Amino acid sequence: MIRFTHVTKTYPRTGTAVQDVTLHVGKGEFIFLTGPSGAGKSTLLKMVYMEERPTTGEVRVSGTSSVTASSREVAKLRRKLGIVFQDFRLLDNRTAEQNIGFALEVTGAPQSVIGPKVARALTQVGLAAKGTSFPRELSGGEQQRVAIARALVNDPFVLIADEPTGNLDDRATRGIFQLLRDINASGTAVIMATHNLELIRRQEFRTVEMNRGMIVFDSDEQLPPARDA
Amino acid sequence: MRPFRDALITFRRSPLLSALSVTTIAFSLFAFGLFGLVALNIREALDRLEDRVEIRAFVTDGTTPEQIAQASGDIATYPEVLSAAAVTQEQALARAQQELGDFRDVFEGAALPASIDVKLRAGMRDPATVKRVASRVKAFPFVDDIRYGEEWIEKLYRLRNIAGIAGLALGLSFALVSMIIIGATIRMAVLARAKEISIMRLVGATDAYIRRPFLLEGVAKGIVGGLLALLLTWLSRLLIDRFIIKTVFFDARVIMLGLLFGALIGLLGSAVSVGRHLRRV
Repeated sequence: MIRFTHVTKTYPRTGTAVQDVTLHVGKGEFIFLTGPSGAGKSTLLKMVYMEERPTTGEVRVSGTSSVTASSREVAKLRRKLGIVFQDFRLLDNRTAEQNIGFALEVTGAPQSVIGPKVARALTQVGLAAKGTSFPRELSGGEQQRVAIARALVNDPFVLIADEPTGNLDDRATRGIFQLLRDINASGTAVIMATHNLELIRRQEFRTVEMNRGMIVFDSDEQLPPARDA
Repeated sequence: MRPFRDALITFRRSPLLSALSVTTIAFSLFAFGLFGLVALNIREALDRLEDRVEIRAFVTDGTTPEQIAQASGDIATYPEVLSAAAVTQEQALARAQQELGDFRDVFEGAALPASIDVKLRAGMRDPATVKRVASRVKAFPFVDDIRYGEEWIEKLYRLRNIAGIAGLALGLSFALVSMIIIGATIRMAVLARAKEISIMRLVGATDAYIRRPFLLEGVAKGIVGGLLALLLTWLSRLLIDRFIIKTVFFDARVIMLGLLFGALIGLLGSAVSVGRHLRRV
């Protein structure tokens, strides 16, 4: 479903961000992507949604290859992915509903489809009553739920979450994490980059650890954890 | 729906620059319009003048009517010539008196020379042809003097060309300036919407979709500028009509072409800029 084959990403000014990564993510998996800041987690995720392309190697996502995909194909691919960030990235001048509907609008979906889908996504994230609120009227946890609803509204096969709880307190973090688990339970794969070791320790999910651009531990492959690196 | 609503966004965000874009497009087309109008009307005038283009060959006194008739017959066979008519002294006087109306007394007792009046075929009335035929007619030994609107016609031709070139140069300069201003407006609009655009990309909007409102806005500005130019040109024409000389205006086809050109300026200015700036967002 998602396959990295000897992927290296080098930036002209800051050097190598990801080095010789080979990784496979299967259908419906839940993966923690962890490691210190600057380890290459975000770059790795960006290559999944093809915001960045590998310098060498290949990323294949649901049949789309990073080597050959046109910008149009990338756009089409992203409609099958859900992407969530630490800073939510909601539009301040739109309500929760409009923010979620935005993801459908830009794909040319008709209004008659958008309404019901938005309502369903809002219910799924537990915000059915807050559809007409603006982001500034919502708590951090609620804003992230709106962002997740926006990511879900296109029925993605994978949800990519880059530090989704980085800006949230413990209580909100637990809520968001539970939500991601529910989403995963209904069949959507989840790749979650996080610093929150507390969260990881308590879970039985696959954990991939990065450091200096390389994968230093993958619980699926039983590599020894390189804690000293 | 949405692209049309979005198309107004830069208008709202930077009304001054947007107004400036529209104005420069309008000036560009106004320059085309005004000089085009001059060229058009000179063309019209030339057509009318050319209908009257005549080569009048005055013959020396004492030439016999037979000689004149013979020469007229010869001249009438030239391929450029429509007709060649002999005008006697009496006819010349009568015509002069008629043309002068109230001042006919001036010619009381005067003697005007006889002449051969040569009319040229339509399409053969340009300065070069007129000159060529005139010099052939002048070759008859009894032809004393030749008159034709040589200088007039050449000057009008030249004036029309100058008007055309000036309009083109000025119009194109303004078109260039307006494209640069539109580019700057779009740059600001793209930067102001950077977050929105990055989210659009994230959720799978195609580049074409993101670009569309900017291009539509460019086209809209071009058309508004074109309409403004049309209004300005029309008002100028009204003033000229009232105070200087009767003029003709462009037909619908030319007007449509002008508006289309305005839309094209707007579209090109937007397309160049939006492509460049979207890459940086």
